[in-house]
Amino acid sequence: MSDPIIEVVEMQKYFKTGDRQDRLVLHNINFKMFEGEIVAILGKSGSGKSTLLRIISGLTEPSAGVIYYRGRLISGPVRGISMVFQTFALLPWLTVLQNVELGLEAQGLPRKERREQALKVIDMIGLDGFETALPKELSGGMRQRVGFARALVVKPDILLMDEPFSALDVLTADTLKSDLLDLWQTRMIGINAILFVTHSIEEAIAFADRIILFDSDPGTIRSDVKISLPFPRSDLDPRFRNQVDRIYTLMTAEPQEARIQDGMIDIGYRLPDVNIEEITGLLEILNSPEHNGKMDLPVLAETLTHNLDELFPLTDIVQILRFAKVSEGDIAITQEGKTFVDADILERKKIFSIQLTKFIPLARYIHNQLTRHPRHRALEEHFLSLLEDYLSEKEAEDVLRIVIEWGRYAELFAYDYNSGVLNLESGH
Amino acid sequence: MNLFRTKLASVNRITWYPNYWDIIALLFVLAGIFLFAWVAKEMATPYQLGQSTPISLNPAVLPFYAGRTVVRMLIALFFSLLFTFVFGTWAAKSRHAERIIIPAIDILQAVPILGFLSVTIASFIRLFPGSLLGPECAAVFAIFTSQAWNMTFVFFQTVRSVPADLAETGLMFHLSAWQRFWRIEVPYATPGLLWNTMASMSAGWFFVVAAEAITVSNQDILLPGIGSFIAVAIKAANLHAIGYAVLTMFIVILIYDQLLFRPLVAWAEKFKPEQQATEKTAESWVMNIFRRTRLMRKWGDKLAQLFDAFVNIKIFRPSPDIIFSKPLSKKNGNKLVGMLWEVGILLLGIAAFIFLWYFVAAHISFAEIRWVFILGLITTSRVFILILLCSFIWVPLGIWIGLRPQVAQVAQAIAQILSAFPANLLYPFIVMMIVYYHLNPNIWLSPLMILGAQWYILFNIVAGASLIPKELLRVADNLGVTGWTRWQRLLLPSVFPYYVTGTIAAAGGAWNASIVAEVASWGNEKIVATGLGSYITQYTTVGNFARIALGIGMMCLIVLIINRLIWRPLYVYAENRFVIGVSDV
Repeated sequence: MSDPIIEVVEMQKYFKTGDRQDRLVLHNINFKMFEGEIVAILGKSGSGKSTLLRIISGLTEPSAGVIYYRGRLISGPVRGISMVFQTFALLPWLTVLQNVELGLEAQGLPRKERREQALKVIDMIGLDGFETALPKELSGGMRQRVGFARALVVKPDILLMDEPFSALDVLTADTLKSDLLDLWQTRMIGINAILFVTHSIEEAIAFADRIILFDSDPGTIRSDVKISLPFPRSDLDPRFRNQVDRIYTLMTAEPQEARIQDGMIDIGYRLPDVNIEEITGLLEILNSPEHNGKMDLPVLAETLTHNLDELFPLTDIVQILRFAKVSEGDIAITQEGKTFVDADILERKKIFSIQLTKFIPLARYIHNQLTRHPRHRALEEHFLSLLEDYLSEKEAEDVLRIVIEWGRYAELFAYDYNSGVLNLESGH
Repeated sequence: MNLFRTKLASVNRITWYPNYWDIIALLFVLAGIFLFAWVAKEMATPYQLGQSTPISLNPAVLPFYAGRTVVRMLIALFFSLLFTFVFGTWAAKSRHAERIIIPAIDILQAVPILGFLSVTIASFIRLFPGSLLGPECAAVFAIFTSQAWNMTFVFFQTVRSVPADLAETGLMFHLSAWQRFWRIEVPYATPGLLWNTMASMSAGWFFVVAAEAITVSNQDILLPGIGSFIAVAIKAANLHAIGYAVLTMFIVILIYDQLLFRPLVAWAEKFKPEQQATEKTAESWVMNIFRRTRLMRKWGDKLAQLFDAFVNIKIFRPSPDIIFSKPLSKKNGNKLVGMLWEVGILLLGIAAFIFLWYFVAAHISFAEIRWVFILGLITTSRVFILILLCSFIWVPLGIWIGLRPQVAQVAQAIAQILSAFPANLLYPFIVMMIVYYHLNPNIWLSPLMILGAQWYILFNIVAGASLIPKELLRVADNLGVTGWTRWQRLLLPSVFPYYVTGTIAAAGGAWNASIVAEVASWGNEKIVATGLGSYITQYTTVGNFARIALGIGMMCLIVLIINRLIWRPLYVYAENRFVIGVSDV
């Protein structure tokens, strides 16, 4: 094969947390992209996949390692690499035409030439008629088309896309995807490679020649899967379904999963933002007669209309709490899980409280601290500063909020919003 | 409509106790005031003013005077905007600059504007000897100080909060810093900045009127304008002339509201990313005419082209052949510069402290400081009592109005215009009564302070009450919650955040007004209330600059302490506990 367009060598990325230690987000990343490829980066939330995209785009700097674009070191945004954003990132005060012209304006093209080139791309992407509209007049799909037009008009070598379809509804996303694929296959756009981040397994399989699968905490490349299905790919095709199952199996066989199953989480574990109703709801679906305690993960994802970012946090937490077990792409309810769903409201709280203190070190720690304190109370700042040794300030706040919600539900401790004081639930 | 919601937006950042940078900034501001005072003292020779045109009381010249006043406002606005763009951007881009600029602005907001005028006017006169340009500059400067700090703060904050994806878009498509500023940062900040500018301009009328006629060192300075017209009318005890001036001012403000304020707000709609469900789209008939007329549209296009050329001006454009832009961070060298900067600031802080120490020790006795402090407490209690009294009237009334949409719309428009109306034009009417009935000035002069500021409370309460979710009112109806329980559990808590915002604005206005409100005259009759405001005014008249500086410094300190100890905690509490819904950014 020819020389790679993008090459990432021994790359690491830390984020600053607290005073003591930095959090490792990306670890030992090595990967290459070649001419003519569409590559998808797939992983759970928090696996650093978006960070990798940002580093390749030059918007973020790596903590260690290097990135080459056509043999040259990347140290900032590079001409030749263009990006489509998840949130569209259109300037709301500019018209469609002006938004598309933005990149040309930066290149210093005269007004007339800018206009000509922008109109050409607008035609190509199916936006004609909307030139003078402001972004807020457009539907989500049309906005993302502007996002594409803006990225394409500068004639990039590589197109980066950060979850470009996740803010759109299914139908709109499908139309946009097939339009983009058409443009790519007919070589209407002069792009030589596409790299995109997604949290939808189906999207990755439908689009990519290659899927880079990411492990989380810290983000590492777990496997590099070639998808050689012929285009157009249909998700009803059994071969397509097979690939979906294969990816799910690969993802649930992560070492991270093993850690969760062994109860190895530590006090600074980034608890997923899942509420009690979701946990109970999942267990009730599993326990219903039609599923009889066991489900295929892709089926569950479809039933809940959840993507990876929503599904895996949920399956993680039910596993940590020992309410269910995931293996080889299947999820099965445990005995504790069964007892929990069968119980009434008060009984459920008791069971939840037992599992919480047993398996969530943070909840146990808070409970112990409160029991030991002469007046059974403690300030939230105390726990926050502890968490900030492991997590960023924002994450620490989120984790504390989540554990407080669970602890309140379990009646393990009480919390006063105004004073920020935690104390032992008394009188129960 | 959250006219003043942005005003105290700094609260979440700052704790009630001062930190290192606050103290340094405070030293700078105080030293600045005393430095001006010292300069003024050194130049205590009588001012050489040119032939000042006598102010005529003929109503026919009033439109001309009004025009002069408006021009002063606009010039000040231009400089405020310039200041905002330079310092707001600097603070937003440089951490070192932010550390000193932001606390300094925070403290400058507490400095009584008219007091500031009395110490700076001498320097301005010196700058342009023998002409009215000096006092002219001083008047513009007074308006400038009433809006620049506010605007800079808002601009700083919005530039800081430009959504990450928009900022990244700018980088990704290689916009130059100049292009990013005009294409991303300024447009993003426009709606907030505009609201704030308009609000500050409302207050600006008050200061421009007060700044036009000022007595320093026993010399009357009269700049042609509505303020001087009123001052002359008061001296002549000419009630008719005052009536004409009030009428003219009303017309000016109405025009300003309809021709400038509303069209701009309607125009700024396009800078908002999404329409908030609770807010109505701002409309303006002037803007509609502009948009629908072909000729006007043509001009609009020309303007757009001009702006385009300005944004893409060649010298600020990156060369098109660069393939790689600069690395995002420049690590080496930054540390050393940072250290030098901090050492420099610290040395300047020490110098400011030494200067203050010597200046105060040389000119002012301890007993004097104690006396000024007591005067400060008297004025403080006036401010609080008045706000309490106003609250008793406007809170129930405001809620009543706010719950009735048709009434609220009209009332809010009126209250907004009234809040822009410079209340000092109305002082003569009240002063006349006090003189006529021989009332106690210590009590009866006080209402003047709140005359203009009370509207902030009213229109915030109206806004708050009109935003109470309908379903909450229905729930209350459904559960049969009426009478006092309804007020206690639903109505009062839901307007509380708005009440706090309104009160903060009103208190700020009252403090500023105290300098003109505690001393009043009618004809040859002069009445004085005891307080910090009258202290400053009296020493301004005789030109005792050390004492003026002391008075201003004291007022600044008291306002700061009250802000930190009362308003901020209250504001944060209201934000956390009583704001309904997610956010209203």
